[in-house]
Amino acid sequence: MARKTGGNIKDLLFERTTGAFALVVLFLAVLLFAVLLRESIPALRKFGAGFLVTGTWDPVLERFGALPFLYGTVVSSFLALMIAVPLSVGAAIFINEFAPPWLKTPVSMLAELLAAIPSVIYGLWGIFVLVPILRDGFMKPLTKYLGWIPLFKGPVYGPSMLAAGVLLSIMIIPFILSVSREVLATVPQRQKEAVLSLGGTRWEMIRIVIGQHCLPGIFGATILGLGRALGETMAVTMVIGNRPEIFASLFQQGYSMAAVIANEFAEAGGLQLSSLILIGLLLMLVTFVVNFAAKGILSKMVARASRGI
Amino acid sequence: MGTGTGTIAFRRKAVDRVMKGLFCLCAFLVVLPLFLILFDLVIKGAKEFRWTLLVDLPRPVGEPGGGIANGILGTVVITLLTMTWSVPVAVLSGIFLAEFGRGKLASAVRFAVDTLSGVPSIIMGIFAYILIVLPMRRFSAWAGAAALSMIFIPVVVRTTEDMLRTVPTTVREAALALGIARWKATLRITVRTAWPGILTGILLAMARIIGETAPLLFTTLGNQFWQSRLDQPTAAVPLQVFTYAISPYEDWHDKAWAGALVLITMVLLINITARVLTREKR
Repeated sequence: MARKTGGNIKDLLFERTTGAFALVVLFLAVLLFAVLLRESIPALRKFGAGFLVTGTWDPVLERFGALPFLYGTVVSSFLALMIAVPLSVGAAIFINEFAPPWLKTPVSMLAELLAAIPSVIYGLWGIFVLVPILRDGFMKPLTKYLGWIPLFKGPVYGPSMLAAGVLLSIMIIPFILSVSREVLATVPQRQKEAVLSLGGTRWEMIRIVIGQHCLPGIFGATILGLGRALGETMAVTMVIGNRPEIFASLFQQGYSMAAVIANEFAEAGGLQLSSLILIGLLLMLVTFVVNFAAKGILSKMVARASRGI
Repeated sequence: MGTGTGTIAFRRKAVDRVMKGLFCLCAFLVVLPLFLILFDLVIKGAKEFRWTLLVDLPRPVGEPGGGIANGILGTVVITLLTMTWSVPVAVLSGIFLAEFGRGKLASAVRFAVDTLSGVPSIIMGIFAYILIVLPMRRFSAWAGAAALSMIFIPVVVRTTEDMLRTVPTTVREAALALGIARWKATLRITVRTAWPGILTGILLAMARIIGETAPLLFTTLGNQFWQSRLDQPTAAVPLQVFTYAISPYEDWHDKAWAGALVLITMVLLINITARVLTREKR
């Protein structure tokens, strides 16, 4: 602790005081993990690894398995990425490379505002606006003509895996978009100019330079979006249908890990409560791994860019 | 040969045009939902909006009138409760990381902050439920504030550290060269210089917790009446929007839209204020 002002007791006290508050933050993180682990032990003991592959969720018989929720979380998030990633990357390219200067700020600001809308409002809009549009304009015609494909099998209710995926995609677009823009901005100007000066069109410049340079970063942005989508609760709960079964069809109802916690937690006790907390612990661990993977990829990108490669 | 290269050049230009159009379409599709959502909120929310919404208690299904006044009060109370202790903890931790943050403790804290900011908000509800609701044997404003703190703190620690790092070292050195004690220089000069940015971070985090619903579901639970005590179940606007939205009643659906309009107005006002503050700084 011997710094320039090491002799000053007040300075030391200041450092120690702020340090103590920082310690509180560290303590909260450790406590969060410890508390979730402790409370999920009864369910962990009873069901073990079978918890992950069992599809029953029966509070009466006290038999719990998380498979339908895992499935719903993974499928709805994957669907969201399939929609959000191309749109966000396309929009990022437009804003960074094509948009006239007066349009750049408004477009990116509007996209940022999407991130500020509370999740419950997405859910409300999802129930009353998005679901009817998807049901009548997309799902019904598709089951009618392509219903023989398992993915598009009816009957169509409205609340469904598809509705959750589409709504989630809107919610994660701002995050993928802003990271994609940062990644695109790391491309050295010289390289872009080199392609253009050889007579390449803008699209060729994007395909060649950005394609080679930015793919890992865009992958990182995708993983970051995945981290957001996995834990989203209210909006998904409101449109996914909340049915703990596994259907091949995207038009059928599903359930997600966060949604089952939201719906059942307040009334649960005993083994059911412990099982729900175990689901929460799993969700936390998965988002932890996903977020750190994304950050790893992205910080590597930034480091490479700062070396000018 | 001449015509050949001409065709190729034409095709390359056409592809370029098409791709540009596609990227433009992407940008349009990305901002379109914002307009759709805000449009629906304003149209459907304003249709059902009465001033009584802001001052009356909720009424049972079928009874006309009624409001979300207790929810507005609850949201304000829970938000202030969260901030009273989260702001000092977060800002002081941020100061520690920015000014003294080189040791093992600092990297551990940074890791914790990174981890916490990625945890889904519903997990914070579980946390507060186990630590506060179970021992107290009741849902309460306290528990809700505890859950929201876990969301608020990591965001503000991070922005505080970032903002303090934007203050040039020369400013710190100038203060120290004048013989001002380090703690005083940090608080009076470094922190003050970065304050608009820190305040923006606090406001953005506040806007975020005002709209949070999931962590309140089983901590504050919600309430149909006025609540005067912090250890009682407490109403909140997002909870009311949720309850009304998933109910099977038409007039409650209308109330959900009106409530959502109130909620988005609060969130966007704070959000835009925060952004204006940052812009003035530049």
